[in-house]
Amino acid sequence: MKILALDSSGLVASVAVVEDDTLLVEYTVNHKKTHSQTLLPMLDEAVRMIELDLQSVDAIAVAGGPGSFTGLRIGSATAKGLGLALDKPLVHIPTVDALAYNLCGCGRLVCPIMDARRSQVYTGIYRFEEGRLCVVAQQAPLAVEELAAKLNALGEAVTFLGDGVPVYREMLKTLLQVPYDFAPAHLNRQRASAVAALALQYVREGKTETAAEHAPDYLRLSQAERERAEAEKRQAPGERAKTEQPKLDERTEAEQCRTVEV
Amino acid sequence: MEKDIRILAIESSCDETAAAVVRNGRDVLSNVISSQIELHKLYGGVVPEIASRKHIEKINQVIEEALTTAGVGLDDLDAVAVTYGPGLVGALLVGVAEAKAISYAKRLPLVGVHHIEGHISANYIENRDLEPPFICLVVSGGHTHLVKVQDYGVYEILGRTRDDAAGEAFDKVARAIGLGYPGGPKIDRLSREGNPQAIPFPRAKVEGAPYDFSFSGLKSAVLNYLNGCRMKGEPVVEADVAASFQQAVVSVLVEHAMLAVEESGIGKLAIAGGVASNQTLRSAMEEACRSRGVRFYRPSPLLCTDNAAMIGAAGYYEFCKGVRHGLDLNAVPNLKLGER
Repeated sequence: MKILALDSSGLVASVAVVEDDTLLVEYTVNHKKTHSQTLLPMLDEAVRMIELDLQSVDAIAVAGGPGSFTGLRIGSATAKGLGLALDKPLVHIPTVDALAYNLCGCGRLVCPIMDARRSQVYTGIYRFEEGRLCVVAQQAPLAVEELAAKLNALGEAVTFLGDGVPVYREMLKTLLQVPYDFAPAHLNRQRASAVAALALQYVREGKTETAAEHAPDYLRLSQAERERAEAEKRQAPGERAKTEQPKLDERTEAEQCRTVEV
Repeated sequence: MEKDIRILAIESSCDETAAAVVRNGRDVLSNVISSQIELHKLYGGVVPEIASRKHIEKINQVIEEALTTAGVGLDDLDAVAVTYGPGLVGALLVGVAEAKAISYAKRLPLVGVHHIEGHISANYIENRDLEPPFICLVVSGGHTHLVKVQDYGVYEILGRTRDDAAGEAFDKVARAIGLGYPGGPKIDRLSREGNPQAIPFPRAKVEGAPYDFSFSGLKSAVLNYLNGCRMKGEPVVEADVAASFQQAVVSVLVEHAMLAVEESGIGKLAIAGGVASNQTLRSAMEEACRSRGVRFYRPSPLLCTDNAAMIGAAGYYEFCKGVRHGLDLNAVPNLKLGER
């Protein structure tokens, strides 16, 4: 079984093709450049290097979130376009699960942390049992303090990875009461090979979706939805009916739409 | 007879997810639009992040429906065209990434299309006889441009708005008189019950630029008028405000368009963009053209809104000129007209 995988959830852009237990090609770039411009040329290069007939792929896997909203959509739209054109199923791999899978076989707890801004990380807690990824705490946005408290409560040694490490390393040092370390350079960021390897299991378990069904899982509402929900919560239920539209400041997202110049 | 050229076109620059199949730039085999307007009404305007999220949820269904309705498969296509600007960057990126992936997987040429060139090209679809050169007034929520279409894909911008787009002014005034979003159709409807001469709102001119527009002063004048009434405790006749405001916008649009027609000596005028479906504008422009012996072209309302058929029309002429984009095509939110 052959899986083509994409991950553009963070700063890293990565594409890979895995066939059963063999990685045929992987192309990973961790450099500040728009995924929109790099992802498909990278895929093209990878495909040409292994003389891949795209039609021979069994499924297209994509890191489906969390991550940068725009980055996720570039990966998802690319996967959806490929799926539609090639008539292949998609496999939606949770981004944090795939990151954890980089450290498959690790004897400690594995804790990927992705910088989610607003003083949170996208994180999850995992362990490997006989080579299988087991979820101890599902991926979610979490304050670093809360994460540290969870890990302290578990009381086990833990290995961190992800782009949240450089941001929160010092903070973790002060908060943690369990042994910890950090994954090395070749394993500590998103890699499409891990997405592909995990996708093999998903396909075997029938966990695929159609290209049309697929959408990223952001794990967060948009700012406008959040503000609207908060405004509704503040209002007494009786008053809610009076104001159909929430009053938005003139400078909110809603205003940015049509301000483009030709 | 040359071979037919069938183009799959994709548009996702703002709040409509759209796909179409167009043959030879003028025959629309399908034109599917999934509008998000009901969703954005809750927020009083388009929310970019919500728009982008909806695009990715809908885009494959919309494309599949466009292909099915047209009765063609991907193997019957000659190219994929996609809007790559101007517009909301996150929204544009969905269409661009999807189009690139399809073009790549099916080895189809990729043609990036300018959204406004699409709007202008909507006129080709229902007017077989329309060929450049002609003058086109593009009026929408984001754009107000007076353009000389010299040839297919060759544009000279004669005038543009210095501040708000015409459609933006409609939205803001509609909000001020409590009509909600989107403002254009609501003001158009309410205006029919009002007196367009009731309130003398200003018609702004831009010094030294006879083709340019300015609508922010007009918008402020309406807001000041409403405030004044409130302070004095006078009742506001919303229909009169709407009709007088609309009259002020339309008269400036018509005046500038007629000036361009007369100065250029080109006896053809087209209108395009969302505001081009405004009934008052359509009839005023038609009347002005008739009295001057100018041929008047306008797309039907469905082709005035954001749609992909117009992208297929514009994309066809780009395709014929040999325009091809690479796999690194990016969304360009502030893409300039005529830029390649």
